[in-house]
Formats: sequence, C-alpha cells, structure tokens
Amino acid sequence: MIVQPVLVVAAALFSIGIYGILVRRNAVMVLLSIELILNSVNINFIMFDTMLADTMMQGQIFTIFIITIAAAEVGIGLAIVLMLFRNRQTANINEFDLMKW
Amino acid sequence: MEIFEVVVYFILLALLSTSIRVVTTSNVIHAAISLVFTLALTAILFLMLSAEFVALVLILVYIGAVIVLFLFGIMITRAPLGKNAELDNDKNKKLGALISGSIFFLFSYILINGFDGEVVVLSGSSTELLGEILLSRFVFPFELVSFVLLAALIGGITLARKDEALVDKDQI
Repeated sequence: MIVQPVLVVAAALFSIGIYGILVRRNAVMVLLSIELILNSVNINFIMFDTMLADTMMQGQIFTIFIITIAAAEVGIGLAIVLMLFRNRQTANINEFDLMKW
Repeated sequence: MEIFEVVVYFILLALLSTSIRVVTTSNVIHAAISLVFTLALTAILFLMLSAEFVALVLILVYIGAVIVLFLFGIMITRAPLGKNAELDNDKNKKLGALISGSIFFLFSYILINGFDGEVVVLSGSSTELLGEILLSRFVFPFELVSFVLLAALIGGITLARKDEALVDKDQI
C-alpha cells in the first residue's frame, strides 16, 4: 500500500475538522468536528505504526489511549453543553459570552 | 495486489466525501449519521492495515457509545431536527475555509516531502502481541487512563445532575 495518499487524506480530515470548529454554531456540532480531528490523528498513528513496523506497536497502543480519552472528552463536553442549555435555553455558542471581555 | 489498491483509494475517497458532509450539512441528524460512516470507513482502513483490535475498539466505542451520546445530546438540547439555515455562522465561512485550506496545504506539503515509499501489510493477527505489550510495558498508562475515564464519568454525572441547592436563580 502506498503511504502518501493515506497521510494526505488524514491531513484533509484534520483541516475539515478545523473548518467545522470555526464555522458551526451549535455546540454539539463543534464536538462532532473535534471527533473528526481525533480520527485523523488515529489514522496517522496506525499508518506510521505499519510503516515503521515497530515491534512494541506503540502506534496502536497510543490509538487505543486516544479513543479512551476521546470517550471521556465527549462525556464531559456533552455534560457541559447540557448544563449551559439548562441555564441559557440555547446551544448556540455565539450566545455564551459570559467570559468575554 | 491491484484490487487492494483500488479498494484503498475508494475508501479514501468515501472517507473524504462523508467527512465533508459532516461539516457542511444543514441537518444535525445527517451530520451525526455521516460521522458514523466516516468512522466505519476508518475501521475498514485499520483492518486493511492489519490493526484489527483497534478497528474493533473503534466500532465498539465510537459507533456504539459516542454516537449514541451525540444523538442524545442533539435531542436533549432541542436542536431543530429538520433543515436548519441557522446552523452555520456565515460570517466565518470564508475565514474558516482559508484557515483550514492553508493548514491542509502545509500539512500535505510536509507529509509528501517527508515520507515516501510503500508499506508491506503483514497478514495474520497482531492482537495477542498487542495485549501482551499493553499489560507489560504500558501497564501504568493503561491503569492511569482507566482512572481518567472513571474521573470523567463521575464529573459528567456531577455536572449534568440537576442540583437545586447549587443553582441560584437570580444569578443566571
């Protein structure tokens, strides 16, 4: 398998996630875009793990850790969004300006 | 070998199109379902790179748990379920496209110049070796990450629980 197309597609997924974070207005949609970014990092880790043929398989192990941390991040993030929605009756991130100067 | 390459290119193209749909569709449920397809295609790619344990973990944890959590989040925050023109911040669209496009070109320039060649994908299972390494060399980070997951679980419950005593109605 050729290495370069997979790496370029992973970079494209990363930049698509950045676009989603910058453009989306709903807080849940921003969290979805963060998942896209973490997924692109996972693809890179697995690709380099296969490419370097590491005997310790550190790419796969780090991918498992990233998936675990991402699950924790989604739980906390959705709890925060839920709390904000309960207090403000909206999930629109433009209206959460309490800490803005 | 020729068929293998064609299948990989097809998966990469489908990955790109579904992930673009995640950030451009104006329907929140369609965005979540497109993320399911993106993750499933990623799992297939991992299977083709002989990382079958990670592929199964991705399917179980992401598609099984995280997406369900997202759908709950969408429904609890009462996002309009049909088409919704208000979902995107139109003012930021050009700037977002510029920033993400420049990041993409920078990254792909570096990656294309820095890495080259072909990968020989070994047949056979790597799960047994992965388990041995995970529970010998990496046992401390493994336990640490389980502790982080427990802390996040308790923190999520504490944040989302309705506690009348802590909420001051006049402050909000």
